[in-house]
Amino acid sequence: MNIYLQTLKRDLRVAIRNPSSVLNPLLFFIISVSLFPLAISPEASTLSQIAAGIIWVASMLAVLLSLNSLFHHDFENGVLEQMVISHHSLPLLILSKITAHWILTGIPIILLSPLLGLFLFLDNESVKVLMLTLLLATPSLSLIGAIGASLIVGIKNSGMLLSLLILPLYIPILIFASSAVSQAQFGLDIAGQLYFLAAILVASIMTTPFVSSIALKISLE
Amino acid sequence: MLSLNVNNLSCQRGYNQLFSELSFEVNSGDILRITGTNGSGKTSLLKILAGLNAPEEGEITLGNRPVKSDGYQSEVFYLGHLSALSAELTSIENLEFLTGLNQSIDQQQFVKALKQVGLAGYENEHCGKLSAGQKRRVILAGLFISNAKIWLLDEPFTALDPQGVKIVEERISKHCEQGGLCLFTTHQDSALPNQKVLAL
Repeated sequence: MNIYLQTLKRDLRVAIRNPSSVLNPLLFFIISVSLFPLAISPEASTLSQIAAGIIWVASMLAVLLSLNSLFHHDFENGVLEQMVISHHSLPLLILSKITAHWILTGIPIILLSPLLGLFLFLDNESVKVLMLTLLLATPSLSLIGAIGASLIVGIKNSGMLLSLLILPLYIPILIFASSAVSQAQFGLDIAGQLYFLAAILVASIMTTPFVSSIALKISLE
Repeated sequence: MLSLNVNNLSCQRGYNQLFSELSFEVNSGDILRITGTNGSGKTSLLKILAGLNAPEEGEITLGNRPVKSDGYQSEVFYLGHLSALSAELTSIENLEFLTGLNQSIDQQQFVKALKQVGLAGYENEHCGKLSAGQKRRVILAGLFISNAKIWLLDEPFTALDPQGVKIVEERISKHCEQGGLCLFTTHQDSALPNQKVLAL
């Protein structure tokens, strides 16, 4: 467990000292959401209907944008090699890197979402549900995304490949999360969607670090 | 007494057979220099011995511990072509993380090790600002304070000045006198005493 915290601390430190890699996806998130009222309509009734979808799609794309850097720098400088040959569990080290990624990308998105929700005329109750869905599902975005990031780590200019690999896997999350917010707007029960998002999260935590470690070993060979 | 046994090892990269049916034994105190032309498989052999790559055939054991087992990996320090340092972190922070992957080391030891490789005063310097030779010295400082018995060094003298080369040679000799073993590749002349040679 100590090595988990050490790796987490190290990744957070690296990211804080290279803030552009953290800030770029967040700026993309804010800018892309704020462009929708200009392109579609500034009407509250129109925006509130599509707000959850807009915020969720922008969140996914922002996470996707940040995934390229999850393993890339460590691959290039050789730190990943040292992690692979260490006697510590590689899935644990990967889980630590994914946690750092979520702290740097997922948490800021969750914290920004109420502001952007209100900007798109979401009511207070729906904003709470939006935050809850993001809290439950952004870790899954980082976890699932890590599989794609580890598969493409040795390939140059692989941004498009990562999107093709990962976006289909994100679709169930997008459907359940945005439908939870839409149903909450009509006062309907959202327990089913939340349970589904929680189940995806548990399944992702249990499996993705192992799959990702296999993919990384293959990429390093 | 450590004994690293390599039996019938074969390695292929693409359509190229780099080496086949390679067998040798390295014991405590041995220094094995791996020689060969570019592309002969020196780096591939060290990566296989480090547990980073899998061989086509053959087996590697340290006593009765096979490669990639916890007991084997905790005894290995692999120094590759890459620096293994993050540009955003200081020398000490990098060493803290890298050595922490295998053992827990007191921070004072890092300061001492950096001094030994001629980097006193660079403890809090970000590695992105260091020269290639200085980066090499940082990772060598990590090697010198590690508890690993098996040193796998791929071109350890690259980017080092003559004084740096001398420091590394002295440390390799000392390590092997104390019961460790070292396998290394180099295209440079090496003054290491009693070195065995494996030609690929």
